[in-house]
Amino acid sequence: MNNLTQFTAGITILEVTYVIASVFFILGLKMLSHPLSARRGNILAAFGMGLAIIATIIFHRKDGEPIKNIPLILAAIAVGTIIGWIIAKKVKMTAMPQLVSFFNGMGGAAAALISMMEFPHVDPELIEKSGMANGEVLAILLGLLIGTVSWAGSMIAYGKLDGWIGDLRIKSMKWVNLAILATLIGLIAFVMTRDVQSTKELTHFIYIIFSIAIVYGVLFVMPIGGADMPVVISLLNSFTGVAAAMGGFLYNNQAMLTGGILVGSAGTILTVLMCKAMNRSLLNVIVGVFGGGGESNIAAGGSIKEISLSDSAVLLSYSKKVVIVPGYGLAVAQAQHICHELDELLEEKGVEVKYAIHPVAGRMPGHMNVLLAEADVPYEKLIESDEINPDLPGTDVLVVIGANDVVNPAAEDDPSSPIYGMPIIKARDAKNIIVMKRGMGKGYAAIENLLFFNDKTRMLFGDAKNTLQNLVKEVKSL
Amino acid sequence: MESISVFFLQHREAIFIVILSVFLGIEVISNVPAILHTPLMSGANAIHGVVIIGAIIVLGHADTTVSMILGFLAVILGTLNVVGGFVVTDRMLEMFKKKK
Repeated sequence: MNNLTQFTAGITILEVTYVIASVFFILGLKMLSHPLSARRGNILAAFGMGLAIIATIIFHRKDGEPIKNIPLILAAIAVGTIIGWIIAKKVKMTAMPQLVSFFNGMGGAAAALISMMEFPHVDPELIEKSGMANGEVLAILLGLLIGTVSWAGSMIAYGKLDGWIGDLRIKSMKWVNLAILATLIGLIAFVMTRDVQSTKELTHFIYIIFSIAIVYGVLFVMPIGGADMPVVISLLNSFTGVAAAMGGFLYNNQAMLTGGILVGSAGTILTVLMCKAMNRSLLNVIVGVFGGGGESNIAAGGSIKEISLSDSAVLLSYSKKVVIVPGYGLAVAQAQHICHELDELLEEKGVEVKYAIHPVAGRMPGHMNVLLAEADVPYEKLIESDEINPDLPGTDVLVVIGANDVVNPAAEDDPSSPIYGMPIIKARDAKNIIVMKRGMGKGYAAIENLLFFNDKTRMLFGDAKNTLQNLVKEVKSL
Repeated sequence: MESISVFFLQHREAIFIVILSVFLGIEVISNVPAILHTPLMSGANAIHGVVIIGAIIVLGHADTTVSMILGFLAVILGTLNVVGGFVVTDRMLEMFKKKK
């Protein structure tokens, strides 16, 4: 497996290409984190990937043997490219999060398959020399475990975001999961301490680990609520990165190693950033303490006051400053285009319209920005919550569209609330508040929102898209 | 103890790369604005599609029918990850571009 022994021109080109590809991955990621260079960054990383793939097919040698089955490889790449391209181009912008999850799962599955196939081929000489407890076996087993968990978990996350898998919360689940994880680690330790001549004797363990890892991946994601899926996808994304890096370790392949670990660590940080934005610890998300038993000791006082469409239209049209707070409900109803229409209509009437974007609004952090950008809302109108909060007391009307927890004042007032301490958009500071909502259902956190009972708040019930359409008609007829 | 030191010496380059890459990954994205979280996650997702290289190596040295089928599958899955990941990210970012 160690091909560094024969330095030929081809190998040199291959290794140099891997260095270039790694540099492109790093630069790509770096550019992806700045709005202006993001698109070029993505293309640069893709270019690096292309180079690495082509160089591998042409120059890779295993014990001096070149890559065989080239027609088969090219066919597989063609099939994957066509399917991937079509899915990626066709899917609706609102379905983006589950798509990322799906592609992530594919990577995890590929990593798991590689491990399964390489396990029986561990060099017997290596085993004779250093026993089963060597780096190669460890990399294979970890790649299998992490890749499989990432695949199974991603598929469940995909199903949840797509709405065909519900939450499953059983009290003792956390202990069951811990027990399964302990079993998996135990199995890996068991395999690595066996006294055998060849890994072929132990292949059945690979299937056992694979099966249990699937169960673990499923149970790991099942109890986590839909609104937490972004965090889970980000976490699984970094898992797949680590699984890919295990392959890099196994093949002594620097491109796989850097690419994988880079995503592993960047993904972990991204996960932590997302958790911070929601004021939750990663552990809470994973164990799923949230959502179940949060008891608030502030009873909902006051009454719900509704507002008619025509009154809302008048109120909005004669305002100077309007702030729209979009949330999950807007994403689900796919109301971003009609929302932008309302915004343009109001701007024509001389109303200043801005959007207050909470970092975790929508189905993924930054998802609102993508959705609104799709509807051609200018970038400058999207203001992050910290920046817009000081402006809210001077805002005439604040329109909440399908958002709930991100405007809940309990985050500031009620220390017993599960969302206490979460940064929110201080909606109640505005002079008037209109809340568009499907009904009086609670948000993901399953807690009462006192904002709805505020004297300044008027409720406009209905599906976000329908309500906005009717509102646009009303404003037009004024 | 001896096996640990042997392990370390055998793989010291890889261990070096891992440690440096961890810091690099943290450094590179630590200042990312919230609006880019989704595209960044998607872009990172495409980059770990580098696992496709492993899949190509496996299929490229496969001898039996079973391993060819599995390798074929692995290359397809890896390609899906790479192509789908990059195309989706590009689609997201394309929208930011036409802002003016």
